Amino acid sequence: MSKHTLSVLVENKPGVLARIAGLFSRRGFNIDSLAVGPTESPDVSRMTIVVSVDESPLEQVTKQLNKLIEVIKIVELDGSSSISRELLLVKVRADAETRGQVLDAVQLFKAKVVDVATDALTIQVTGNADKLGDFLRVLEPFGVREIVQSGMVAIGRGSRSISERNLRPVAVPAPPPAV
Amino acid sequence: MSEQGETGAQVTGAQSLIKSLESAGVENIFGIPGGAILPAYDPLFDSKIRHILVRHEQGAGHAAQGYAAATGKVGVCMATSGPGATNLVTPIADAHMDSLPMVAVTGQVGAAQIGTDAFQEADIRGITMPITKHNFLITDPAQIPQTVAEAFHIASTGRPGPVLVDVAKSALQAMTTFQWPTELNLPGYRPVTRPHSKQIREASKLILEARRPVLYVGGGVIRAGASKELRVLAEATGMPVVTTLMARGAFPDSHVQHLGMPGMHGTVAAVAGLQKSDLIISLGARFDDRVTGNLDSFAPGAKVIHADIDPAEIGKNRHADVPIVGDCREVIADLIIALNAEAEQGNRGDYEAWVGFLAGIKKQYPLAYDTPPNGALAPQYVLERLGKIAGPEAIYCSGVGQHQMWAAHFVGYENPNTWLNSGGLGTMGFAVPAAMGAKVGMPDSTVWAIDGDGCFQMTNQELATCAINDIPIKVAVINNESLGMVRQWQTLFYNERYSNTDLHSKRIPDFVKLADAYGCVGLACDSPDDVDATIEKAMSIDDQPVVVDFRVHRDAMVWPMVAAGTSNDEIKYARDLAPQFDEDDL
Repeated sequence: MSKHTLSVLVENKPGVLARIAGLFSRRGFNIDSLAVGPTESPDVSRMTIVVSVDESPLEQVTKQLNKLIEVIKIVELDGSSSISRELLLVKVRADAETRGQVLDAVQLFKAKVVDVATDALTIQVTGNADKLGDFLRVLEPFGVREIVQSGMVAIGRGSRSISERNLRPVAVPAPPPAV
Repeated sequence: MSEQGETGAQVTGAQSLIKSLESAGVENIFGIPGGAILPAYDPLFDSKIRHILVRHEQGAGHAAQGYAAATGKVGVCMATSGPGATNLVTPIADAHMDSLPMVAVTGQVGAAQIGTDAFQEADIRGITMPITKHNFLITDPAQIPQTVAEAFHIASTGRPGPVLVDVAKSALQAMTTFQWPTELNLPGYRPVTRPHSKQIREASKLILEARRPVLYVGGGVIRAGASKELRVLAEATGMPVVTTLMARGAFPDSHVQHLGMPGMHGTVAAVAGLQKSDLIISLGARFDDRVTGNLDSFAPGAKVIHADIDPAEIGKNRHADVPIVGDCREVIADLIIALNAEAEQGNRGDYEAWVGFLAGIKKQYPLAYDTPPNGALAPQYVLERLGKIAGPEAIYCSGVGQHQMWAAHFVGYENPNTWLNSGGLGTMGFAVPAAMGAKVGMPDSTVWAIDGDGCFQMTNQELATCAINDIPIKVAVINNESLGMVRQWQTLFYNERYSNTDLHSKRIPDFVKLADAYGCVGLACDSPDDVDATIEKAMSIDDQPVVVDFRVHRDAMVWPMVAAGTSNDEIKYARDLAPQFDEDDL
């Protein structure tokens, strides 16, 4: 099994997330992470879905996703030609004695302190999954009290846009002739 | 209704819904009114659309399916919210599995009440998400025409399927304007119907190289209306043909190249034709487990050309060497052109040894059955005679179980859309309401429901609908007083321990009296000597539905059979009788 990142453009309509989640569950596909957000077009949302599957089930995943009427486009983003980011907020124990060491780690990882309490710091860090994992390992000895992490978002490198597409409307067909 | 409300004038949402259905070309609706859908039934009262009031929403759904399967047009059913809508779930799932174009319109509680567990509220859109091609919830009356237009387009194009349109009562009651749309807004829906020419060339090459090819024909050929093209392709190349349960009638049973139905209860020739082939040309079929048996040992020496309008079917169960996405009719037409061009240059496939081998098997292992002891009635004989007397122009509509398999084998089909059954979902109780729908769609055709005594008792309330609405279907109940297919498995795999399969239906109910009570003609037959006369009597009655209780031998079994999960190599021609293949002939 390997991880694959799918960028899915969907119509921004109620129920789309339920359709996609339902499809994954009933076909037995596992979602590692899922992030949904708006795009440059108000009618279109973009989902970044990370799945753990082999090659041939992946083909089924994309084909089944494509059958959903509200799915407009699916692109698989591979690691070398795309940029992926996750956002992590972590609350770590830090008193007067350890705060300096924690701040060193923050600086090393180009993270940011977003809230300070007498005995804790809340830190925001972005990056790929590896970087976030490394950061957490460094913080662990100080005492990690709470973590919240976003799903991964990803975008292809270069100037091309995923949403370059032709959205021709379809004419309404005439009703069938009466028998 | 059609006179009121010129385009753009103020109408109620309910009027807009009925005008939209009229604009979509709807002629018949099967349904039952109730609270949430009630506003729509008021303008429907004045509409040119015929509404047929059924006795159970499941009957409405199966009737819409039967209508769609017999005519190729979109079948429409209507129900209220909550239980009305959930009663449609089985037919919707059935239509989804068998790719039937259907639109189900359901009422929903008022928009402000959605999510409050209101009276008769059920999230039918959520419930039907996995079993519809698409579904909609309308809370804004302005969306009604656009949504209805999109629903019919989605249901009837690409791989056909059921679409549910759930309309909030508040949207039906509100004022709006009606304007039939000129454009659909479906940016994510672009079914591919034209096959890729490169794939057609690749396929032709494999067909010419093959020595043991077989045309594996599925329901897609029926839905695509490609029977004529199929026959041209088969006859031009001489390739043998198998037709799946969903494709019975796509190719004439009387045709010399036809090996019959493959699969768990397939003919020996059809099963061998797939199993020993070196090239399977799959046309609108989906390598269902009931056809392939154990997948790993299915047709081990065969390459596969897989043509389907649904890309997700290709390679789902079996690797495709040449995938072709497209409408079956266009795929077959393009294959004919490509192969004709090759033939003009002297390139033809050499299948002589293969055709001879299969002809030998077909002759050695024809469809057959044992005559039951003591003059009892063989169910197979009933269906054989029914097929002969009612003929290949009649429409046959079956339930699910032993009678379905016997009907698939012994009636004999020559024309597409004359064999309707629940293939994928296997819904007992399909036959009577589906026959009703077929008869509404094809009033000039004789429509026979072939039902088991178990199936018949699940949906026979629609006989009332048929009798009252002048829908004179005919029903052949193959009464072996048990859940026969389950009983067969108990005989074969559970040491003849007949747990809960005995229905006592030769005693209760009395089907003749039941038919009579429903305003139908009831006939009974329990001797082979009376079969012809009984069928002819039923055929002579045209102004009333007829129910014939064929009281058959209860121990008759469906053969051939491949036990579930085993290899198709393990096919049994009859109990403990495996066919012998002389493969030196190949």
